[in-house]
Amino acid sequence: MSNFSRRKLITTGLAAAAGVVGLGATERIAQRYGLIPPDHGGIYGLGETLTYASQRLLTRHSLAREFSPSQISHPPLANEMPPLTDAYKRLQAGGFADWRLAVGGMVARPASFSLDQLKSYPSHTQVTMLQCEEGWSYIAEWNGVPLSHVLDAVGTLPQARYVVYYSIDPDWWESIDMADALHPQTFLAYGMNGGELPVGNGGPLRLRVPRQLGYKSVKFITHMTVTDSLKGFGKGLGSASPEGGYAWYAGI
Amino acid sequence: MGGSAYVASSTSAVPAATVAARHSALVRVAHWITVLCFFALLVTGLEIVVSHPRFYWGETGNVLTHPLFQLPIPASRSLVQTGYGYVMPDQNGWSRYLHFQAAWVLVFIGLLYVIWGLLTGHFRKGLFPVPADRSWTAFSSAIANHLRFQRPRESEAWSYNLLQRLTYLFVIFILFPFVIWTGLAMSPAFVSAVPAAVNVLGGQQSARTLHFFVTLALVLFLLVHVGMICFAGFSSRMRAMITGRVR
Repeated sequence: MSNFSRRKLITTGLAAAAGVVGLGATERIAQRYGLIPPDHGGIYGLGETLTYASQRLLTRHSLAREFSPSQISHPPLANEMPPLTDAYKRLQAGGFADWRLAVGGMVARPASFSLDQLKSYPSHTQVTMLQCEEGWSYIAEWNGVPLSHVLDAVGTLPQARYVVYYSIDPDWWESIDMADALHPQTFLAYGMNGGELPVGNGGPLRLRVPRQLGYKSVKFITHMTVTDSLKGFGKGLGSASPEGGYAWYAGI
Repeated sequence: MGGSAYVASSTSAVPAATVAARHSALVRVAHWITVLCFFALLVTGLEIVVSHPRFYWGETGNVLTHPLFQLPIPASRSLVQTGYGYVMPDQNGWSRYLHFQAAWVLVFIGLLYVIWGLLTGHFRKGLFPVPADRSWTAFSSAIANHLRFQRPRESEAWSYNLLQRLTYLFVIFILFPFVIWTGLAMSPAFVSAVPAAVNVLGGQQSARTLHFFVTLALVLFLLVHVGMICFAGFSSRMRAMITGRVR
């Protein structure tokens, strides 16, 4: 019996040691391939990391489902949002002629784009679903320019790993990794259902990230920063969402 | 408690291997981890539902579309008109974090249990109906015994009866996989890689509604399961699942 216990003890010890070494190696590999989300600390970090890593591996190149025009939700839903800022109202009074999207950070040619400039790029249309973490959803036709096109125009540097983007409301900012930023369906949307993007849906300019929940599709986008690390942004958790208790990665 | 007295006072033959555990260590650990995870998933799932207590069928659904049904509870977001005149505190952040973390633990322990069960013959020996029970006669008599609230024989402390076996198999191989599937079918990233997961269910809102109903089925199972444990002898059955010993 004691012999058996000793053997069991040794086996358990070896297994534990292998586990620790394995975990260390896994973490290094995961860091290298960008499988660790910025909000990996804390008691929910394990689940969050598993979700992000597995979905990132599974979905790096997959396309969000697109729908037929007959599936578009009518009337379109404009959900509740914080009151519009004074800065927004001033630009709105001018017909958004002075709206700018500034793109900087780790890029070769920082630039500021007017809406007309963005609209002069080849426009793309997608009929995709917007899904809220609350549980509701709607389908709309979105019209805009792929973010990758704008990132090409400014020349992202090879070390870029994330794109941080801001609403005109300074409390509202998000970030995505390069897999999502360069994804063909990640979109700067300025049109919806054949018309201009309504204010209630984020007009004049909104980011659409159809493989993630709606809160990553920030409304009223005014600037973006390309970066290799999220540590210096806010509390270093990646975006305003984890600072408010919500997961940074919203693929589920 | 009466049931435990029944078991303890009985002197009829008990399988020779009384020293062996009724439930192996893996079954016991997996059982209690599942209990913890299920409780976490249930509470957080309810919290998430409270933010939009309306259910739909098809791809989309929101406050502008007709719901299949609406739960008569106040909501934690002002978007939903509930008639209550107040909005409950928003708990979605930590609820979503914990929901997915508990789901991961459940998936890992479930996989471990299923692989172990297949390798050791646990399902074949302990859960598939014994040959004598593989008939409609056996099935209907088992139902009749249950309807008459017949207390289990003492030998049943060492083995599951036909209805238990079928129920556990249904929960392990139908309900749990289906609740995981319908959960994943709501994930926009997951269905981008596996669109069939949501398409065959009839759409993303259908998946959400089915997720809710499978949860109800699991809760119903839980209530009957705990009820039957009390009926068969709470302390004896709990002891078997905690220490492995029947007495």
